[in-house]
Amino acid sequence: MERPLRLIHTGDPERLARICEALLVVASAPLSEAELAAASGEDVAAIAEAVALLEARHSEGRSGIVLEQVAGGYAFRASLEAAEACGRLFDRPVGRGLTQAAFETLAIIAYLGPCTRPEIARIRGVNVDGVVAGLLERGMLAEDGRDELLGAVRYRTTPLFERVFGLGSLAELPRIDDLEHDALALRDRLEAIADRRGA
Amino acid sequence: MGTATQVGGLALDLDAFEGPFDLLLTLVLREELALAEVDLAEIVIAFVSHLAGRERLDLDACGEFLVLIAALLELKARALFAEEGGELLELDPEQAAEELARRLAVYRRVKDAALWLSERLAGLEQRFFRLGPPPLPAPRAAPEPEAQDPAALSRALRALASDPPVPSTDHMALRFPPVAQFIERWRSLLRRRTRLDFDQEVAGFSRLEVAVAFLALLELRKRCEITVSQAGPFAPIRIFRAPAEQSLSWSGHSA
Repeated sequence: MERPLRLIHTGDPERLARICEALLVVASAPLSEAELAAASGEDVAAIAEAVALLEARHSEGRSGIVLEQVAGGYAFRASLEAAEACGRLFDRPVGRGLTQAAFETLAIIAYLGPCTRPEIARIRGVNVDGVVAGLLERGMLAEDGRDELLGAVRYRTTPLFERVFGLGSLAELPRIDDLEHDALALRDRLEAIADRRGA
Repeated sequence: MGTATQVGGLALDLDAFEGPFDLLLTLVLREELALAEVDLAEIVIAFVSHLAGRERLDLDACGEFLVLIAALLELKARALFAEEGGELLELDPEQAAEELARRLAVYRRVKDAALWLSERLAGLEQRFFRLGPPPLPAPRAAPEPEAQDPAALSRALRALASDPPVPSTDHMALRFPPVAQFIERWRSLLRRRTRLDFDQEVAGFSRLEVAVAFLALLELRKRCEITVSQAGPFAPIRIFRAPAEQSLSWSGHSA
């Protein structure tokens, strides 16, 4: 593939950092290093250096906006000390009011996706049409082709899902074996009852 | 279902239901409460806690509870896999139990993952960021036209400038055999014979040729060269050479 034309002198990381900062301000979604490199006409290595400068400059306690690595790229967010003020001015509609059914559906698609509605319903044991439609509307899910055998639409999680849940990528989801199991918790509670009775 | 079971008064405080066990059973049987939403393990915990609070073990109550909770478990399992009932019926009980256990294990993990997501989202409440529609794609330069051969362009323009050929409509024309040809044919036949049968003479002709032969017949009749007779509708048409003195007589009933 032909390399993009270099428009910026590579010897000025401060200048490149300022350009990346501007790109991240105008972007409405996280930008990857490759996207920053393509837009600025620079090497990915130079971008990494510039982003490191930005991360130091835009960190908690130093700036009102914080650079974070999320959803496979970099994006600005408000600092935590400004969260209360932000909360008085704005709502967080994307993650607000998610139901247990929505969390379970997101979990299935995030771990097992892309998958179809019948597959999700098979695991959850209930119809999931409404839940999937709601998550599509929120932008947390997107269509991802069709199942080759059944022809049903397959769904995947979106970068917005990763951003809302503060994930750099789906690989940051915990291993499912590491999660606490209901069975273990139930066993513990039953044993506690038995101990009380024994006492 | 009886209204006053021995375990019916067991007080339950579940996510999906709060009240006595009896009422839960009634609502489930009336299908006013989705059993899929009821955590049956919590009911077992509540019952065991209830037993632990008593001085002696009530075996009757335990037996009744076991029957009821087993029935609820079966109902819930059937409700969870309703659309696959046929598929599951093909399994023997041991395989069905294994399949159920496998699916419940998957669902349990999904619930764990959902809980993790829920707790993570709750922990990120202080995180505000900007959302917006996807940005427009960057403008792209118009592609450079490929090098062209001027001679080829000239040929193409010349072809466009010349008059197009007139489209042929020959295939649309109806090709009538000339009536005169059939007039001559009738005359020739009538010179040799005095009486003809129309159907016999046109046997093997196409529909168009039969029609033209009939037109020729009418023309000869108009010129009083023949007389035509037909006993009735669709009866054979007889053709006779007209006597020299006969001119405008018409003996046919129809033509």
